[in-house]
Amino acid sequence: MPAAASVSDRRATAAGERGGVPARAPQLALLAAVLALLPLGFANNYFYEVAILVALNAIVCIGLNLLIGYAGQISLGHAAFYALGGYGSAIAATRWGWPVWLSLPAAVVAMGLLAWAVGRPTLRLKGHTLAMATLGLGVIVSIVLVNEDRLTGGPDGMTVPPLVVAGRALQGEPTWYAIVAVVLWLAVWLAGNLIDSPVGRALRALHGSEVAAQTLGVDSARWKLRIFVISAVFAATAGALTAHYAGFITPAKASFLHSVELVIMVVFGGMASIWGAVVGAAVLTLLPQLLTVLKDYEMMVFGAVLVATMVFFPRGIVPTLARLVAKD
Amino acid sequence: MGANWMQFVAGGLTAGAVYALVALGFSIVYHASRAINFAQGEFVMIGGMGAVSLVALGLPLWAAVPLAVAGAMLVGLLVQRLALEPAQAGGQADVVTLIIITIGVALFLRGLAQLVWDKGIHSLPAFTGSEPMHLGGATVMPQSLWVLGGSAVAVLALGWFFGRTLLGKAMRATAINPLAARLMGISTRGVMRLSFVLAAALGALGGVLTAPITLTSYDVGVMLGLKGFAAAILGGLGSFGGAVAGGLLLGLIEGLGAGFVSSAYKDVIAFVVILAVLFFLPGGLVGARGSERV
Amino acid sequence: MAGSMLSVAGLSKRFGGLKAIDNLSFEVAPGTVHAIIGPNGAGKTTLLNLLTGIYRPDQGRIMLAGHDVTGQPTHRWAAAGLGRTFQNLQIFFNMSALENVMAGRHLRERCELLPSLLRTPSQARAEAACRAQAAALMQRVGLGAYLGARADSMPYGALKRLEIARALALEPQVLLLDEPAAGLNHTEAREIDALIRELAHGGMTVVLVEHNMRLVMEVSDRVLVLDRGARLAEGTPAEVARDERVIEAYLGAAESAEPADA
Repeated sequence: MPAAASVSDRRATAAGERGGVPARAPQLALLAAVLALLPLGFANNYFYEVAILVALNAIVCIGLNLLIGYAGQISLGHAAFYALGGYGSAIAATRWGWPVWLSLPAAVVAMGLLAWAVGRPTLRLKGHTLAMATLGLGVIVSIVLVNEDRLTGGPDGMTVPPLVVAGRALQGEPTWYAIVAVVLWLAVWLAGNLIDSPVGRALRALHGSEVAAQTLGVDSARWKLRIFVISAVFAATAGALTAHYAGFITPAKASFLHSVELVIMVVFGGMASIWGAVVGAAVLTLLPQLLTVLKDYEMMVFGAVLVATMVFFPRGIVPTLARLVAKD
Repeated sequence: MGANWMQFVAGGLTAGAVYALVALGFSIVYHASRAINFAQGEFVMIGGMGAVSLVALGLPLWAAVPLAVAGAMLVGLLVQRLALEPAQAGGQADVVTLIIITIGVALFLRGLAQLVWDKGIHSLPAFTGSEPMHLGGATVMPQSLWVLGGSAVAVLALGWFFGRTLLGKAMRATAINPLAARLMGISTRGVMRLSFVLAAALGALGGVLTAPITLTSYDVGVMLGLKGFAAAILGGLGSFGGAVAGGLLLGLIEGLGAGFVSSAYKDVIAFVVILAVLFFLPGGLVGARGSERV
Repeated sequence: MAGSMLSVAGLSKRFGGLKAIDNLSFEVAPGTVHAIIGPNGAGKTTLLNLLTGIYRPDQGRIMLAGHDVTGQPTHRWAAAGLGRTFQNLQIFFNMSALENVMAGRHLRERCELLPSLLRTPSQARAEAACRAQAAALMQRVGLGAYLGARADSMPYGALKRLEIARALALEPQVLLLDEPAAGLNHTEAREIDALIRELAHGGMTVVLVEHNMRLVMEVSDRVLVLDRGARLAEGTPAEVARDERVIEAYLGAAESAEPADA
């Protein structure tokens, strides 16, 4: 009996992490290689710019995916955390004179605290009510940002000082590409660690069946809140970095439309898949860039592409492709 | 002060009636498919802009309005047939997938509207003239009465349809138990299509009724869709009475908020109230259905 | 009271006008299999939900291994030592079979945010140990063939056993099984039967809600009969089978076409 058990143990471990999915280390190494080598193909600054935007969106989406895909919650107001991360750092740096290397992390921490405070009552709601609550909170933030113009610069937004570290201003596309590439890799690494841990299982259990998870001792309120905070921190980090990279931030970054865009990226790429979040962010950031050539037809074509993709890839791109590959 | 109060109430209820129609559209589609139709706001836009175009082509208002609504209904049918049915074909379609598809449809329709029409703001002539009337101390546009009256008629017609006709009851049956309904010979696909057509009709009706007052443009659907959704959740998603109550209440809060507090923050006030209600009554005012059986 | 693993006193619960559980009291001795039976609508699942904190009782007290757990939220019940399976399977279909059982180890694992995010070496070792323990549990309930399987590709009978393995991963002191044989064919039901008996022999306290009378009679040490939320009879399987009131409640419910007295 014991001998048979250990053979199957070895087989189970050998089968890898989840029913045959490869372990994370090679994927992380591949990501590092791709990120390092990608700039070799960049013909000019525009490529860097797009890559930076993709990476920043991917960071938000990885966090949002933890909330939506793994923990099974919904947020239609996540753009608020993103924007407030940027505004927080900008306001602290310009109006209160903080150095950016301090204001940026401070803004991120502040967003974590805000998420904690707001999340406690909000996450008691479920389904469409939760969607509505997060939507409402996002819209409120958006309107406040537009109207409190003494602080935020109003509907036209405000300028954001550059990121200065150890006396050097970090500017220019290649520098920023390096920064966001590192942050993106860290995001993927952290998220992957989380998923494969008891915490990750607790979250996925909550998604699978909240009642059953609770009977196994998972404190659902506490864990939903924690993952909400983590996803807010990811969003705020990306938002703050975007603000300092672009040198500018507007209230549109907190809009309902932006929140919806982020959710679309997560679902489009594939929920409960870190790579899905990255792919979703990449495709849906690149697509509008490619479609600008179509000018007035851009919105129409974008909408049509979205519909077609969800019809043919109902679980999102990465999981559907993964299943096709697995069947071979 | 008293006159102002009535003014804000009148304005709020007028807006609320439109929200109620949009909210009903959300509830009907949710009832049939458990999905939120993010394109609902676009039906409002199609109604309003369609009527504007038809009038510009020379049609009299009494012809343009029904035609615009009919056009929107056709669009609704096409959306269900071309965009949603392929996804639902493989058995149980994930609700999230359906929602994203409706978002894609909304973008498509908005993009199309940009091309067919333009990005400008348009108005529709008022149905019976724009001489303000004085009712109960408030100055009311005749069009407001059209909005309230038209919405009331639509709601009553809907109530009669779902409560008294065989078809309406069949739709309700499908929502409660799709399998049983199918076994009884009711076509779920037919119900789904009819739901979309009805939702489009309601949205478009709201659009044409309110266009003379609030004007219309290619992107008017976004905010209206958002508020209609909020109203539907406020009342309790899936409940028709709740949708109407939610819509009227939302409009009222907005109107009073704009009048007494701040016009810039009227939406914030409205959402704060909605959030407060949801925190204490997660099922909405009337109470949404559905609890887990373990 | 002393020495019982699970002790229920004066439990009542109503839903609107309906009294689902009416002043119910019973005790479960350690290491025994205690079955709860009764006609449909007797309140068995309500009782189970009360016993796992999913419902809050209106009155009464519930003690688990000497701790008062009345009114506690569900996740605290697990910490107090209660494991449960469900009548309508609540398997985590978004995970593999092994991960389902690993999820059951939640309270026994160090579930902390920072070590999990950083995947410290001790965390990685704990993961491997957790995986091995889960695999062993699956073997124990006879699911060795499904070690690499995804939960959504397993047959119904196997999933029922998976839920038991998952509950066992908790290392509970009391195991509540809600209709473990429901929907199973004869062979599968006998396998569950054998599993329950094996667990009981190993010293597990089992509370069993079942319709399958043969299973109940063969496996239980004591049987509690519920009717309309109240205790109708209690005793050994043989005693209960002979009890006239029990026979009438079952036969009466089956025979009469009229609704019972209000």
